[in-house]
Amino acid sequence: MTERVGPKNYCLLAEFATTEEILHAAKSAYAHGFRRMEAYSPMPVEGLAESIGFERNRIPLVVFIGGVVGGSLGYLLQWYSAVVNYPLNIGGRPYHSWPSFIPITFETTVLMAAFAAVFGMLAMNGLPRPNQPIFGVERFALASQSRFFLSIKADDPLFDPNTTYQFLEGLNPYEINRVES
Amino acid sequence: MMAGEALKLRFDRIQSVAIIAAVGGLVGSAIAGLVWPSAFFPAYLVGFLFWVGISLGCISLLLLHNLTGGQWGRLIRRPLEAGALTIVPMAILFVPIGFGLKTLYPWADSAIVAADRALQHKAPYLNPVAFLLRSGISFVLWITLAYLLNLAASIRDRKGGQAPGWLYSMSGPALAIVFFTGSFVAMDWGMSLEPDWYSTIYGVMVIVGWALLTFAMMIFTISLLARSEPVASAATPGRLQDLGNLMLAFVMLWAYMAFSQFLIIWSGNLTEEIPWYLRRLRGGWEYVAFALVLFHFFVPFFALLFRDLKRNSQVIIWVATAVIVMHLVDLAWLVLPARGEALGTGPRIPWGALLLVLVTTAGIGGVSIWCFLWGLKRRPLVLEEHPAHRGGSAHV
Repeated sequence: MTERVGPKNYCLLAEFATTEEILHAAKSAYAHGFRRMEAYSPMPVEGLAESIGFERNRIPLVVFIGGVVGGSLGYLLQWYSAVVNYPLNIGGRPYHSWPSFIPITFETTVLMAAFAAVFGMLAMNGLPRPNQPIFGVERFALASQSRFFLSIKADDPLFDPNTTYQFLEGLNPYEINRVES
Repeated sequence: MMAGEALKLRFDRIQSVAIIAAVGGLVGSAIAGLVWPSAFFPAYLVGFLFWVGISLGCISLLLLHNLTGGQWGRLIRRPLEAGALTIVPMAILFVPIGFGLKTLYPWADSAIVAADRALQHKAPYLNPVAFLLRSGISFVLWITLAYLLNLAASIRDRKGGQAPGWLYSMSGPALAIVFFTGSFVAMDWGMSLEPDWYSTIYGVMVIVGWALLTFAMMIFTISLLARSEPVASAATPGRLQDLGNLMLAFVMLWAYMAFSQFLIIWSGNLTEEIPWYLRRLRGGWEYVAFALVLFHFFVPFFALLFRDLKRNSQVIIWVATAVIVMHLVDLAWLVLPARGEALGTGPRIPWGALLLVLVTTAGIGGVSIWCFLWGLKRRPLVLEEHPAHRGGSAHV
């Protein structure tokens, strides 16, 4: 990940105790104009992803393309080997016996779609990422247990170390941390 | 929430149309049965298999939902419960088939059996008494299950959303019973039309087709109901998407079954097996087969990959309609070619019998839909949420 900001500010991290609070905070921040945000929660919170502006990602498209490519290549491979490269007479059937090509075509479709899903996901979300500055906040470990966090990244156009801090304070968080990289 | 007055009026109006369809279709069927029995009985079987499949599908999906739970069931449980009740009129509508055994099934004709050694060996299983006994036992079991499922629904409504415990403990064994009896009757009613032929996947293929048909029918129903309250607010995009995804799964499962049977028989190319496909891929039927591949699999498959389509009830209703229509075509393709010689059309498409399919389907469907709406009016259209489950139902 490339950080366009200086080595100092990474983000401001606000901690909340309940789903209602994090939802309210996320919506307020979005309404205020912040876009480079991230919300952390120990369990799925209905509407949280939408509230910080997440609509959908391109994974389904990548998977679909992976499936189409896999299926086409699988079929082509069989056609090439059975019709062009090494034609065999099997029970007097035509060389291009499409019904017997279908199972393998299906398999390669699924295989490539799955590869596209996994590697496409890793390429798009930047994982694996063993460390990131936000781990420096000790209480952040609670994001996988009982607490909810909202971070506003320093590369947000509206970000300002002081006014953004004040804005977050207005949302009544349990605690605010300055995260520096 | 009870169904509003306007909705009740609409149900009443559809019920009157259903009565007209039932009377018209069944009278037309009866006349056809007297005048032209060789075309009537196969056509009636197609219509019967279509609607009995929906009754059985409703029972099975209810049992399945008892076992798995899940948001997808909340929206369609009411229609499923009403649909399960339609098994009762279907049992009565089975009677005409009992009168047509000799016309429909070669094994029921003693002259044919006398000339066919294989049929003589199959006679202990394939004979009219055993056939009617198997069908009778199946109907008794199914009606019992439909009654129990609706009884549990009544108890649940009285107890504010808490279903009785026995509903969950009986659902597993009951699902196995429906699956086995369904497989038996699929082989009796459908596969034994050509008693020389056999396919071990046939029963499952028919059952999966019925489940798919039922899912399409439920999505169709819910999409119509979603045009007004109370279903409009219950049919959230997330729940519709779940239903669409499940229908996609059944589209794929059906294609898997249908193609597996074809691949195995095509690969073997044996004289006992391949005529079944030859009859269905000649004389015009090959276009029907092609249409099935296209509109029973590829079109719904690719359409249901799109998220926005699944989340909009007034769009997904078209996919459901296509699946419903194509499944009727599929059943006609399974049944009618078997009787080509008796119909005098040989390998060609028997257009007369095909036209009769519309009459019989309308007649049986009128009865089924009337019964379905009668069941749907008895209870609130949307399930009351049990307080204990409310927290876990967040889903958009």
